[in-house]
Amino acid sequence: MKLFRRQPLACIEVVELVTDYLEGRLPARDRRRFEEHLSACDGCDAYLEQMRTTIAVAGRLREEDVPPELEERLLVAFRDWRA
Amino acid sequence: MQLAETSLVAALRDGDEAAFTRLVKEYGAAMLRVARLYVGSRAVAEEVVQEAWLGVLNGIGAFEGRSSLKTWIFRILTNIAKTRGEREGRTVPFSALASDDEPSVDPERFLPDGHWASPPPSFGPEERLLGRETRAVVDEAIAGLPPSQALVITMRDVEGFTSEEARNALGISETNQRVLLHRARSKVRQALEDYLR
Repeated sequence: MKLFRRQPLACIEVVELVTDYLEGRLPARDRRRFEEHLSACDGCDAYLEQMRTTIAVAGRLREEDVPPELEERLLVAFRDWRA
Repeated sequence: MQLAETSLVAALRDGDEAAFTRLVKEYGAAMLRVARLYVGSRAVAEEVVQEAWLGVLNGIGAFEGRSSLKTWIFRILTNIAKTRGEREGRTVPFSALASDDEPSVDPERFLPDGHWASPPPSFGPEERLLGRETRAVVDEAIAGLPPSQALVITMRDVEGFTSEEARNALGISETNQRVLLHRARSKVRQALEDYLR
């Protein structure tokens, strides 16, 4: 999004930049403005923290295991392929 | 290719069952979750995963390692899943960048000067946040996203792909990937706020 260079960031702009910030894609100057805003704004600080929490909860949906019956079917397919 | 990957590829070419099992254990669950976002049912998603592995086995002899093995496997998976989804009349449009008229937070929550009128309320106690129900809320919120956003957040935040792995598997630009990820995260955060407040 286009930022107004001279003015401090508004909260409505900050919430659009969170992923760019977390991905390290903000140019240094915007990153500084983003961090300056956060240090003075509890609402945006909480917002960033909640985005981090959201990412963490999403990460806990990950399942380690393939369903065993699917794994079994895949093995059968593998043995057919190798034969 | 990294050394470990080179030897894994060589073992697979030789028909080494342990190598195959190792790869299935590593990527199988993620493949199933991703496939599920393209097709209408779990059963079809399992067929897609099986077909993808056959594609991997049949193609491994020609795999040159220009991408990582993981990216290559997921590229095969998403191509098969996409074709299968289209046959079911489902498509995942990635083409254009969604327009910028989709705000991360309801504009009503800001004052005319752009500062919070209604700042995010606390997510509440940690126990609730860590609970099974909270996970279900996030799972449902992801399932309710437009498919392109659901795919990106699933790869990045659920399955832990790097941005490069995700965009290569999906064949989209880095910027497009980041915009979709941001939209997805913003909506899932809102769903958590609605549930936890």
